[in-house]
Amino acid sequence: MSSILSPGANSGSSSDEVSALFEARHLSKRYGSTTVVDDVSFSIAPGECLGVIGPNGAGKTTTIRICLGLTNPDEGSVGYHFPGHPSLAMPQDALAIKAQIGVVSQADTLDPDFSCAENLLVYGRYFGMKDAIIRARVPQLLAFAALTHKKDAKPGELSGGMKRRLSLARSLVNDPQLLLLDEPTTGLDPQARHLMWERLQTLLQQGKSILLTTHFMDEAERLCSRLLVLDHGKKIAEGKPRDLIAQFLEPDVVEVYGNGAIGLVESPLKALAQRVEVSGETVFFYTQNAKQLMDALAEHPQLRTLHRPANLEDLFLKLTGRQIREDA
Amino acid sequence: MTTAATNASLSAKSPGIWRAPELSMRWWPVFLRNLLVWRKMAIPSILGNIADPLIALVAFGYGLGALVGQVQMGDVKVPYIVYLGGGYICTSAMNAASFEALYSAFSRMHVQKTWDGIMNAPVNLDNILLAEMLWAAFKSLTTAIAILLVMLGLGISHSPLLLVALPILLMVGITFSCIALVFNALAKGYDFFTYYFTLFMTPMMFLSGVFFPREQLPPWLQTASAWLPLTNAVELVRPLFMNRWPEQALQHFLILAVYATASFWLALALTRKRFAK
Repeated sequence: MSSILSPGANSGSSSDEVSALFEARHLSKRYGSTTVVDDVSFSIAPGECLGVIGPNGAGKTTTIRICLGLTNPDEGSVGYHFPGHPSLAMPQDALAIKAQIGVVSQADTLDPDFSCAENLLVYGRYFGMKDAIIRARVPQLLAFAALTHKKDAKPGELSGGMKRRLSLARSLVNDPQLLLLDEPTTGLDPQARHLMWERLQTLLQQGKSILLTTHFMDEAERLCSRLLVLDHGKKIAEGKPRDLIAQFLEPDVVEVYGNGAIGLVESPLKALAQRVEVSGETVFFYTQNAKQLMDALAEHPQLRTLHRPANLEDLFLKLTGRQIREDA
Repeated sequence: MTTAATNASLSAKSPGIWRAPELSMRWWPVFLRNLLVWRKMAIPSILGNIADPLIALVAFGYGLGALVGQVQMGDVKVPYIVYLGGGYICTSAMNAASFEALYSAFSRMHVQKTWDGIMNAPVNLDNILLAEMLWAAFKSLTTAIAILLVMLGLGISHSPLLLVALPILLMVGITFSCIALVFNALAKGYDFFTYYFTLFMTPMMFLSGVFFPREQLPPWLQTASAWLPLTNAVELVRPLFMNRWPEQALQHFLILAVYATASFWLALALTRKRFAK
C-alpha cells in the first residue's frame, strides 16, 4: 500500500513551488525507533484549501505541529512565503510567521474564565494589536461565528459547535492569510458541521488559504481543492479529490448484503466487477459496468443492494486498508 | 564539571533547551490575561489568601506569645507577635507565590491548555513562563500587602521601614515563583504538588527562623538553614518590622537572586523539554 507513489512523486511539481504560500520539504520526525513522519513534502498555493487525511496515528497532527514550529523535524524544512514579505522559515521565524497565520487546534484552548468577546480581545492582544482595533473587530468576528447573541457567554455555556466557531473566530483576529485547522469539525452534529463548512467556504472565497486535517471524507471532498493522504507517516497519494478517485477507483460501487451475499464473491458475478472486497457481512463490487451488475443482482431478490458512485471514503479505505488501527 | 557533563548530555537529547531565554515585551499580554481573570474575583481571592495566614498569626502571635513573652533580637527585646509577624509575612508571600505558580499555572498549562493557545499567536514559551512567574510574584505581593495592612491595623508594627519591605517581598515572591515553576514543569498531576509542600515548604518554614530563632537549632542544621531561601527572606524583612536595617542585606538579597535566576533557567529548560514533545 505504501508504494502507490513512486519515490520521485514526493518532491511535488516545481510549478507549484514558485508561487507557493507554504512549503514543507522532506519532513521527517522520529520518536525513538518510531518514525511518525517519513519524508513528507507538500505545498499550499494562495487561495487553496489543502486537506490532509489519514487514519489515526498517520502523522497528521505531528505534521501540523512541525508546520507551527511546536516540534522540530529531524529532517526537512518548513517555509512560508507571504506576498509582500520576505520568505520565512520555521522555527527561526516562528513569531513573524504566527503573526500571519491563524490556528485552530484539535482541542479547544478557549479561556473558560472569559466571555466570547473577552476571549477575542485577550487573544488579539497576544498579536500586539491595540485594544481599540481589536474591539472594532470583535462584533464582526462574533457575527461571522454566528455568536453575536452569545457575546457575554463563557465557553462553558456554549455547545460544541459554538465553541469550535469561537475558536475559528479567534484564529481570525489577526486577519491571517493562511489558516491551519486540525480536525475543525470532529465531534460536531451535522448542523454544526454544515455551518462550520459554510464559514470555511466563505473564508476561501475571501481568498484565504487553508490547511486542514480531517477524518471526514465528505468534509475533505467539499472543502479541499487538493488532498494529501498520509499513512504510517508517509505520503501515499496527493491530488484533487475527483482526480484521486478516478485514478485509484472504478467509477461505481455496489454494496451487497443479506443472506448469501458472501457467496457471491466466488460466483460468476465476480467477472462484472474489477475488484471485489468483503467487509463483515457486506460485499463491495467496484465496477465500471454497474448496469450489468445490477441487472444480474436483480435475480437475487433476497439480497439488499446499494448502488452509488465511488467516493473519497472508498479511496481512503483502499489506500489505508479497512483494519482498525491499534491506537484508534 | 559534573553539571557541564549533565548539561551536555541533556542538550544532546533535546537540542537547545538550555539556550538563553528569548524574552521580549510579549509577556505583558499574558500577564494582562491573568490580571483580567483575577480582577473578576480579586476580593474573594485576597480574602482567601490572607485568612489562613492571619488566623495563624493571631493564634500563634497572641496565644503562644502570651507564653513566650519577649524575644531577644540582638540588643533589644520585642514582643513575640512582632517577631512572628516579620517571619510570617515572608511565609505568606512564599505560599501565595507557590500556590499560584503550581496549582494555577498547572491548570493553565496542562488542564485548560491556555499556553498552547497562546503559543499559536506570536508569543513564545519563554515569555509565557516569564509572565506566569511575574504574575505569581505580583499576586503574592498583593497578599503580602493585604496582610501588612491588617498588621498595621492591629498595631503589630508601625515602622516606616515597612515600605522597604514591599520590594523585598516582591523579590521573595519572584524567588518562590521561579522555584515552583521548576516543579510545575515536572508535574504529571496536581498530586505531585503535595510532595512539594510537605517535603520542602513545611520543613523549610520550621527551619528558617519564622517561629523561633534559628539559634535553637543544632549547629549543623543552623549552617544548612542559612542557605534556605526563606531564611534569607526572613533575615531581610524581620528587622524592618523593628525599624532597623537588616544586617548583611546584600548577601541575603544575592542568595535570593541566585535562587531565582537558577530556578528560572532550570524551569525554562524543563518546560521547553515538556513542550517539545
